[in-house]
Amino acid sequence: MLKIHIPTPLRQYAGKQATVEVKGGTVAEALSSLISQHPDLRRHLYTEEGKLRAFVNIYLNDEDVRYLQKEATAVKDSDTISIVPSIAGGR
Amino acid sequence: MLKISESAFKAIRQHGEETYPHECCGVLLGRMEGDGKRVVGSAVRAGNTRTDSPQNRYNIDPKELIRIQREGRERGEDIIGFYHSHPDHPAQWSATDLAEAHWIGCSYVITSVEKGKAVITNSFELQGSDENDKRLVNENIELV
Repeated sequence: MLKIHIPTPLRQYAGKQATVEVKGGTVAEALSSLISQHPDLRRHLYTEEGKLRAFVNIYLNDEDVRYLQKEATAVKDSDTISIVPSIAGGR
Repeated sequence: MLKISESAFKAIRQHGEETYPHECCGVLLGRMEGDGKRVVGSAVRAGNTRTDSPQNRYNIDPKELIRIQREGRERGEDIIGFYHSHPDHPAQWSATDLAEAHWIGCSYVITSVEKGKAVITNSFELQGSDENDKRLVNENIELV
């Protein structure tokens, strides 16, 4: 089982948990396992077309999966995935 | 409501003065209490990755955020908000601030810095149920 860290705004849709344990051999499978446990998370992470929302960053340990093999990136049980909504703005 | 120590409040404002005329940014760690209260344990500085337009834009590297989050977790603190400065601009949220705000239930603190001096600091809670109805709402800052 690998761990997914849930950011504070999304915990209300994940049984108020900060970390959820999931199964899977890839990032996509791990996220799919997360959504099957907590279906309310889907609309916050994915567009209606089923694509990850642009502001949702997925990190495998300390690496952005966009610069690995995206959602096809292989994962191990000792890995940690972090869901990190972007933080930006300006006047 | 955002409860923050006087020292953390001063540190946020001082950060804005130091980076002037560029925007500063950082993360508020602490805990969420009931009734929409957020209590700041520490304000952690972050780098502004928007080197293309630092005078009017900020962005925190997610990698840096993960590190800050990890350090907070070790102290039992969570991410409860963020702060940034508006150089020579009011301490009110902008259209960009709202469009780029995604941490619903968290505080977004904005300090106006005029001619290098921190003037007004306001806090806004990002309310709503999702991206479609999110809004930034002014909230009280209580110094503790």
